[in-house]
Amino acid sequence: MRGRRIWASALIALLIIPAAHGIDATRIADPALEARYLALTHELRCMQCQNESIADSPVGLASDLRRQVRDMLLAGKTDEDVRNYMVSRYGEFILFRPRFSARNAWLWLAPLVFLAIGALVAVRVLRQRSALLAAEPDSPDFDEP
Amino acid sequence: MNRFALPLALFALLVVVLGVGIRHARNQGVIVSPLIGRSAPGFALPSLTDAQHTLSSKDLKGRWYLLNVWGTWCVACREEHAMLIEAAHAGVIPIIGLDWKDEDDRALEWLSQLGNPYQAIAVDHDGRTAIDWGVYGAPESFLVNAQGIVVYKLVGPLTRESWTQEILPRLPHTPVTGS
Repeated sequence: MRGRRIWASALIALLIIPAAHGIDATRIADPALEARYLALTHELRCMQCQNESIADSPVGLASDLRRQVRDMLLAGKTDEDVRNYMVSRYGEFILFRPRFSARNAWLWLAPLVFLAIGALVAVRVLRQRSALLAAEPDSPDFDEP
Repeated sequence: MNRFALPLALFALLVVVLGVGIRHARNQGVIVSPLIGRSAPGFALPSLTDAQHTLSSKDLKGRWYLLNVWGTWCVACREEHAMLIEAAHAGVIPIIGLDWKDEDDRALEWLSQLGNPYQAIAVDHDGRTAIDWGVYGAPESFLVNAQGIVVYKLVGPLTRESWTQEILPRLPHTPVTGS
């Protein structure tokens, strides 16, 4: 019984491990570098299949870009160096998370602007309502229970 | 009347914003290269036709050239090949090939079958130079000026239209073309 269980978990492990690393088999000995490598490859876009990260894409260019990331990290470059390199070659589009710049500032600030508009509207509506209630406390519009 | 003024104004603003978005979306598929206006990335790669010889970006200094990224695995490259030959015959600008992630034998066979429009061909087996140039698909063509600055990038096959409308007008002395 026990032996069976071990075999079963071994089998499950065999099934899970390749699935988790199906696309990218790259391993870096240093766990800190490995973690940075994984983070970076997940935030860079595969330019050929534009909605996948290079970590998830099976195409040749994605694996070349992963190799580039790995080589740069092994050469002691910082994460920002890697991002800057990629952006200088492929443009801002390669980053899934665009940077704040004068061109896209309105996009980043839009949620705040909309929130402010919403707040203004809410305040106005509430004020009007309370003014209405104060003016006609026995309004016939209210249903009796 | 006043009640509707604000929502109407907001709606008009939304129409303008979305309208601008749709206009820009027309060129959605093409990603503008950040290399335009900057120095072309350097390279030193073996030549396809002479493996002993290294083709270096330094050899290309001081003249205009069109760097064409291609590969025998690339279907659209076959499509553009006739136009490349025609462009080469025009003799207005040297075409340099970058054979990207390809096999030399196949590339040579391709050229002997379809003709060779290239003045020189650099072989990029591992694709590092292509990444340096920000290549994300083949074919792609980069127009580089005599100062080594990337002037224009064409994504996709070279057509007669893109040749006469995009490449030729950017050359220093635009020759008259009879097309």
